[in-house]
Amino acid sequence: MEIDPFIFRLSIFILSIFIGYYVVWSVTPSLHTPLMSVTNAISSVIIVGAIIAALSGDNINIFDTANIFGFLAIILAAVNIFGGFLVTQRMLAMYKKKKKEKK
Amino acid sequence: MISSNILAIFYLISGVLFILALRGLSSPETSRKGNLFGIIGMALAIIVTIISVGNFTNGFVYLLILLAIGGSIGAFIAFKIPMTAMPELVAGFHSLVGLAAVFVAISAFLNPEVFNLGTLGNIKIASLIEMSLGAAIGAITFTGSIIAFLKLRGIMSGSPITFKGQHYLNLILGIAAIILIFYLCRTQADNLFWSIIIIAFILGILLIIPIGGADMPVVISMLNSYSGWAAAGIGFTLENTALIITGALVGSSGAILSYIMCKGMNRSFFNVILGGWGATDQSSSSKSKEQKPVKNGNADDAAFLMKNASSVIIVPGYGMAVAQAQHALREMVDALKKNGVKVTYAIHPVAGRMPGHMNVLLAEANVPYDEVFELEEINNDFANCDVAYVIGANDVTNPVAKSDPQSPIYGMPILDVEKSKSVLFVKRSLSPGYAGIDNDLFYRDNTLMLFSDAKKMTEDIIKSL
Repeated sequence: MEIDPFIFRLSIFILSIFIGYYVVWSVTPSLHTPLMSVTNAISSVIIVGAIIAALSGDNINIFDTANIFGFLAIILAAVNIFGGFLVTQRMLAMYKKKKKEKK
Repeated sequence: MISSNILAIFYLISGVLFILALRGLSSPETSRKGNLFGIIGMALAIIVTIISVGNFTNGFVYLLILLAIGGSIGAFIAFKIPMTAMPELVAGFHSLVGLAAVFVAISAFLNPEVFNLGTLGNIKIASLIEMSLGAAIGAITFTGSIIAFLKLRGIMSGSPITFKGQHYLNLILGIAAIILIFYLCRTQADNLFWSIIIIAFILGILLIIPIGGADMPVVISMLNSYSGWAAAGIGFTLENTALIITGALVGSSGAILSYIMCKGMNRSFFNVILGGWGATDQSSSSKSKEQKPVKNGNADDAAFLMKNASSVIIVPGYGMAVAQAQHALREMVDALKKNGVKVTYAIHPVAGRMPGHMNVLLAEANVPYDEVFELEEINNDFANCDVAYVIGANDVTNPVAKSDPQSPIYGMPILDVEKSKSVLFVKRSLSPGYAGIDNDLFYRDNTLMLFSDAKKMTEDIIKSL
């Protein structure tokens, strides 16, 4: 009997939770704020769904309701991606500068 | 166009890069490279998606324009935001992820063909469950984060808003949403889908309003976790591995942070979520309002004490963030170091309004991160330290947590400030902290109270050093 592809996705999901569990426990507490901002940025990978939603369908109806929701989601996710990664970068740069100074 | 197998491999690579991004955060040295991995992973996911859709007509132009608009807003915020406003920024960003998840779910519901989920009115049951769960969690994340944002920003009062039957109402709404999802699967009626989203919006508000200001570290972590589960839900709907991996990573990350924060307060997760800590304890705080003698000092006394100490431990708290005193603090420490005083910083896990809040502020003020220690690392050092300088912290130093089983904070891990030879407490007044309980430390013989704004007092101390 063939296995439903859903089971494969579920396996990926469960194993990723475990990866997340071990990886996050190894994050140093002083970097917990950058951790939150970077997880926030990467969860915006939801933009891939938004892109498919916005650009699919026929071109004449690019402003169909479904597409519009896709476009709106693109803006929201874009704010997050750029904002999240850049603010993380900015925070991490502060940590790094001190290290150099210390040496 | 690229085949869906190749596309899936690229999404897998993105997912792996995101794992490496989190892995990098295990130490400040590797963290910047980690962030770069995250950016590459994101760029990769976006580019391969655009290529796979293969629509390079006017829709593509709109896409680029919107990316540019959103991107510049995000970049502008990221560069302008002061470090003290980081908690509300993160809360605000969570709300965007939540709303984006809702929008993508709506789009998938209205136009299921493009995602291979069936046709409108005849969507696969599994996909319906996944998308309505994704939409519901996204909606809770959205409104919940807005409330958290308003509370952190001070637009809404940080005190818990509770009313009778609140938890039952939440329970009923939660059950109603599940029943609606069940009926949605049977009837495919779009009204049910909209109702689920609306209920989830209301639930998000109701879940966060009873939680008080100082519990915000837990709330932010929890919403972080929710935004991950919402992304994972959408990932299942769209059969997208990058989203599933990322959602699982973010979901577990937020959950672990919530756990760490709860442990830092010795409270169960449910105790925090059900809210209203301060509310119940007000009676106990008011009865101990009788005047006890405190030793009141000024900046000169503090400067004298610290200058002649051999080691000083700084204990920062939320008050330091409010007063923006981190730069002044760093200057004070520099002046002390010139006098040969050994200075370190002690950070309680729940100091501030989000996990790691104090560390970021100290980093901003150029405090080397190897002078900053977590509770377990430094707690034994208080016994050998001459002066503890408590700036804007209160409950996390209260010895009552160890001595009085009646106290609401009993059992909470505290910084053993009391063990140092003398304690300097910078505080605006004798008012009790968030937990509404008096701090025994104020009345000890070796405690000197410095009644002033944290920044002003620190600056005055610098002058007299």
